[in-house]
Amino acid sequence: MPEIRNYTLNFGPQHPAAHGVLRLVLELDGEVIQRADPHIGLLHRGTEKLAESKPFNQSIGYMDRLDYVSMMCNEHGYVLAIEKLLGVDVPERAQYIRVMFDEITRILNHLMWLGAHALDIGAMTVFLYCFREREDLMDCYESVSGARMHATYYRPGGVARDLPLSMPKYDASKYRSQKDVASLNRARQGSLLDFIEDFTSRFPACVDEYETLLTDNRIWKQRTVGIGVVSPERALQLGFSGPMLRGSGIEWDLRKKQPYEKYGCLDFEVPVGVNGDCYDRYLVRVEEMRQSNKIIRQCVQWLKSHQGSVMLDDHKVSPPRRAEMKESMEALIHHFKLFSEGYCVPAGEVYSAIEHPKGEFGVYLISDGANKPYRVKVRAPGFAHLSSIDEMVRGHMLADVVSIIGTQDIVFGEIDR
Amino acid sequence: MADILENLLDSIKSRFGESLVGCGFCQGELAVDIALADAKEVFASLRDEFHFEQLIDLAGVDYSAYGASEWATVNTSSSGFGRGVNETSPGRSAESVTVFVETSKTKQRFAAVYQLLSISKNTRLRVRVFAEDDDMPIIPSVIDVWASASWYEREAFDLFGLLFEGHPDLRRILTDYGFVGHPFRKDFPLIGNVEMRYDMEKGRVIYEPVSIEPRVLVPRVIRDDHRYTIGS
Repeated sequence: MPEIRNYTLNFGPQHPAAHGVLRLVLELDGEVIQRADPHIGLLHRGTEKLAESKPFNQSIGYMDRLDYVSMMCNEHGYVLAIEKLLGVDVPERAQYIRVMFDEITRILNHLMWLGAHALDIGAMTVFLYCFREREDLMDCYESVSGARMHATYYRPGGVARDLPLSMPKYDASKYRSQKDVASLNRARQGSLLDFIEDFTSRFPACVDEYETLLTDNRIWKQRTVGIGVVSPERALQLGFSGPMLRGSGIEWDLRKKQPYEKYGCLDFEVPVGVNGDCYDRYLVRVEEMRQSNKIIRQCVQWLKSHQGSVMLDDHKVSPPRRAEMKESMEALIHHFKLFSEGYCVPAGEVYSAIEHPKGEFGVYLISDGANKPYRVKVRAPGFAHLSSIDEMVRGHMLADVVSIIGTQDIVFGEIDR
Repeated sequence: MADILENLLDSIKSRFGESLVGCGFCQGELAVDIALADAKEVFASLRDEFHFEQLIDLAGVDYSAYGASEWATVNTSSSGFGRGVNETSPGRSAESVTVFVETSKTKQRFAAVYQLLSISKNTRLRVRVFAEDDDMPIIPSVIDVWASASWYEREAFDLFGLLFEGHPDLRRILTDYGFVGHPFRKDFPLIGNVEMRYDMEKGRVIYEPVSIEPRVLVPRVIRDDHRYTIGS
């Protein structure tokens, strides 16, 4: 009788379903996983150490590049930590803008997740649909910050600038007819807020579209129902947060439980799963997109009827206006000091957490009173989620590894940091 | 919220007594220091009696350069501001391995900082444990208390060289295979020690000492001056 041995399989780091540079060493008995050993760190850039060598404001851009599909939420966590140590309050309009862009980012992230997850399991169409809507949201990023992804829009004390009053428009070319351009520009005639409002009115129908493709789809259910089940007790033990925790039936959302910015004043609901499998987490995230859409609508309403400052009026942390600098020596000095030396943050330690699309994103900041942070520790939700992959895939088939990586919403920028 | 934390602090004080070596509030957050010897029992009872079900984060900290600045801002009248940045500042280059004990606020160099979250009580607690020996920083592992500690402890070991006693698989996690040193220590240069390239002749990837110059543009300044405080 031939000897039966376990088979060791190397999965990644250049595998499209590994969602980045994940190297998984899988021990297989036939097609059943006995053990999974993830090797991470292939994208480690030392973000935290780099942040320690720069003034506080100069690291905001690094935060975008952590979880590179939910950029502004990362900035938010970092900026909140600085504001907490400085003890400054942000103008109300800036708070609403931040909430609105956090939710736009949540939809961006969930669309990317849904498209990639469905593509991994074999549904090509959803990917194309999701990227169609993502493009509109990227345009919102671009119009407000000039960059489609790495916006660096949130600053300690507010946001970099107010919402623009016009949207960039498409031009006709030999590839795009006048008629196509007209339909593309239809929603872009007014301000950014008009564009976002138009988006929120058509987005629920888009979510319905994704759901008709997946929710009752027989293949989708076969691939996700009962796969990667995590009990609520284990979810807490493993440090889960966000949709991963809610999928296991624990009602916990920092936006509700420990509200920051304006979440306390907004009306939305928190979806919770029942079985803790991949399908429930899918349902939770899809419902979150609908709820985010609802929050964006409320923010647009508020922002349309309320004007005001979007940045703290203290030139120790926020730069003076360009026009002011031409007249005032004091403003010029402030500008120079802010962009060369930065500002000194009072000594202390804070941990500030936000409800990131993937879970709890926290920044632990130690300052010793200098113009640079003494220690920055980024608490990335994906790090805790990925550490549980061994437990989640054990006893499943090889093909289910892909479903479980997908359901964890893994992005390597934040895990490797 | 503040009352809840005050009450929590009182009950922690009465429950742990001597094991609690320090406590304080910073911007409305409660932080406590726990003696190394009792850390294991304290963490177990924080989970079971105080309902901190989740270990949200574990961060290593190297306090050796705490309070060190590169630019004198006090003695302006006698010598003026020093315009150059000291090349031997921490982390500038590999030669600059200096001793920072006199600037350090804490006696010990390394600490592990635990962020705990109670979902049932909706409270957070930060716990800090200092390792006694700077050359061999040993801290008991909390992997039996919270399973999520596994990778966090591996990370703190990799980046700071903290040794977690009782961790079943304390391997490097974020750095390269075969990496030497602990990169987040304050005496590790920002540019690193080695660089990697593909060698055409040898036909494989080779490691060489770094060739780039250390380039930190802004000096580290601590200002204790009312003109620089926010809101003035």
